[in-house]
Amino acid sequence: MTTFLGMPSVLRADGAEVADGLPGAQGNVFEREPFPQYASRELEDEQLRRNLGHATKTIREKRLGAVAELPDWEDLRDSGAAIKQRVMAELPDLLEQFADAFEARGGHVHWARDAEEANSIVRDLIEENAPILGNGRREVVKVKSMATQEIGLNEYLEPHGIDAFETDLAELIVQLGDDLPSHILVPAIHKNRSEIRDIFLEGIPGVDPGLTDEPAKLAEAARQHLRHKFLTTKVAVSGANFGIASTGTLGVVESEGNGRMCLTLPETLITVMGVEKLLPQPEDLEVFLQLLPRSSTAERMNPYTSFWTGATAGDGPQNVHVVLMDNGRSRALADEWGRSALNCIRCSACMNVCPVYERTGGHAYGSTYPGPIGAILSPLMTGVQAEENNSLPYASSLCGACFDACPVKIDIPSILVHLRGEDVSTTQEGESATERVRDATSSSGQLSAGLAAASWAMADGRRIALAERALPIAAALTRLTGGISRLPGVVGKWTSSRDIPALPDQSFRNWWRKTRGTDADAIAAQQEAGAGAGAGAGAGAGAGAGAGDDHGSQNEGDAR
Amino acid sequence: MRIALFATCIVDAMYPEVARDTVTILERLGHEVVFPERQACCGQMHVNSGDFAGAVPVVEGHVRAFEDGPDWDVICAPSGSCAASAGHQQPMIARRAGDDDLANRAEDLAGRTYELSQLLTDVLGITDAGEQLGSYFPHAVTYHPSCHGMRILRLGDRQRDLLSTVQDIDLRELPQADQCCGFGGTFSMKNAEVSTAMLEDKAENVVSTGASLCTGGDASCLMHIGGGLSRTGARSPRGEVGTVHLARILASTREKPLLPPRSEPLLSGGSLR
Repeated sequence: MTTFLGMPSVLRADGAEVADGLPGAQGNVFEREPFPQYASRELEDEQLRRNLGHATKTIREKRLGAVAELPDWEDLRDSGAAIKQRVMAELPDLLEQFADAFEARGGHVHWARDAEEANSIVRDLIEENAPILGNGRREVVKVKSMATQEIGLNEYLEPHGIDAFETDLAELIVQLGDDLPSHILVPAIHKNRSEIRDIFLEGIPGVDPGLTDEPAKLAEAARQHLRHKFLTTKVAVSGANFGIASTGTLGVVESEGNGRMCLTLPETLITVMGVEKLLPQPEDLEVFLQLLPRSSTAERMNPYTSFWTGATAGDGPQNVHVVLMDNGRSRALADEWGRSALNCIRCSACMNVCPVYERTGGHAYGSTYPGPIGAILSPLMTGVQAEENNSLPYASSLCGACFDACPVKIDIPSILVHLRGEDVSTTQEGESATERVRDATSSSGQLSAGLAAASWAMADGRRIALAERALPIAAALTRLTGGISRLPGVVGKWTSSRDIPALPDQSFRNWWRKTRGTDADAIAAQQEAGAGAGAGAGAGAGAGAGAGDDHGSQNEGDAR
Repeated sequence: MRIALFATCIVDAMYPEVARDTVTILERLGHEVVFPERQACCGQMHVNSGDFAGAVPVVEGHVRAFEDGPDWDVICAPSGSCAASAGHQQPMIARRAGDDDLANRAEDLAGRTYELSQLLTDVLGITDAGEQLGSYFPHAVTYHPSCHGMRILRLGDRQRDLLSTVQDIDLRELPQADQCCGFGGTFSMKNAEVSTAMLEDKAENVVSTGASLCTGGDASCLMHIGGGLSRTGARSPRGEVGTVHLARILASTREKPLLPPRSEPLLSGGSLR
């Protein structure tokens, strides 16, 4: 039962059939290769692991302190989640409210179904409003924005003769280094100070060749580089942290003031905002302006908070635009188990507490949105059956640290599990259990064959009891070596770095039956299980279970 | 009180001594323990691997085993993760399969299911393990709080408090204790390298305490941590470093010590046997 909840014009105008109702996202929201492969390469980079380990540990500890200061933190989280839940339930109405209010105050509203539409709207606006410079190209300054990273705006504009300058310090580092962001809040988290100095020496024209890696010196070099751009560029592009539906107000929070420069100095301001960023009314900011800075930078309040409502004569940009972008959000919204992922306010707390992210960094996730939230948001936006994103839901040990840290209470572990279910049911369609067992040459084939066998065996303890009769023989074998250090097939992935203890002589249930159970029970149970084993093996449920049955029969005398 | 033991599949097959020690502790307190023999597994491995269809018969089997077996007042599991799965995942799996009746029955059982330290603390009123259980373990031990007990069951300090009141125990703080050990079920195979990187850090933190044993409430995580310690040949001043379930420490007494004073633990694959 898919209810259409998204923005008013997202369905394809030509009425063409889309895979499962709603179109998936385009742009930088895909894995570049399966997560385990990318991750294992990143793990070999010791400098990267040191940089990430140091940075995430520092932010983690600071966040705990900032959160502990507020006695009503849990109430704030509940409020944040409730407000966002209301936004998602009323999204079409709130979007129209927002658009009406924004236009009433002299702003211009554009609707974009996907990345392609959003990019071309922005390009048209830039071409109308930014002059061609002496080098034959146009220039825009940018406020740090996830939405424009998502749609790959800079890369799209470049061949169209438009140079987009990132003005956030960390985004600048990434852009000058011809690199990709690896964190949504601190995009250059994977770089340390001396690496940044090298990037500046290489990338900033006319920089002092004696530049040191002192943070103040690095910031000064960036400031010199950017100041000229702020004063001369006619068009700025931003994202938005919030859009207030009742008033048509947009808001950006930041730490450096470079965003404020872009939002106030140019003549034309173009904001690209995902439709889920709305809040119903200004009062809701009371909750979010507490949740966001404490969760992201562990600050009580972020240094720069900018709000603007349309155009104000004689003050700031006079030509103000907003692009309201769907790009897969309606699709995520239609998923009743996953839609709360759209509550995300891009604070990055989940990344900072994630033990997987801490070790792999953000690039391994491929998408603009890395870490735990990315592992659910990207597949929700693109569809998990999109080949490229189906390894992301598995990129977690389901430890739950992200859920605890999330200021809007997105139950990320449960959504990861939901998406694994989607992935498996998609794979299982058109493939019988027998085929899966036969596909036992691949790791995933072995895993699913093992799961099929285990599903049968673990449905009834009496089947397990029979299988466990083999334990004395197995135990004797494993005791010879004092444990197990090498196993074949997919379980070999376990023994690649971990030993397994020698097996016990006797399982608990068989010990219980011998010492506490009654013979009558045992006999009845065994007969019933024996009959069940035959039926299960016949249905091709798995070789492992069948083997257990054989051992059980042979060893029946031992149990008496 | 009559307590139904939910042994969990990994304890039943790999660590039967943990279930036997759980029985010992509960019987020592004067309670009757029953073991519904048709029990097998909570279904978590299937659920977390995305095999929801495969999980349904496992959930059905679990619910039936505890409904049809002998009468009992509460269920006790020596595992936070499996107890959490019973409450957190079983009803969801049943509901998604369209079986509301099974979901309600699973919810009912889960409401009466306790992880060991939860049962001891909240229901049986144990505040001092040495005093009330006679627990005695004269060794340097560090404690890893497993993720699901900590974050789904909200065990808080229950396990640590029980351990800290064991007679003569030298309980040492584990740095970065709340970080996952990297097990995560099939995660340890599907993302083996990342899992191993997490394990290496956990093992390093365990070794840094100088304790000869790392304890906790989940045999699965302990098998993972112990397996890593064993593979790297980690050592403390008392010899090899390994893991031991907290039920074994609580069951250990002066009369029948699990590990006599000043003796080196006898480990197999990193687990105290």
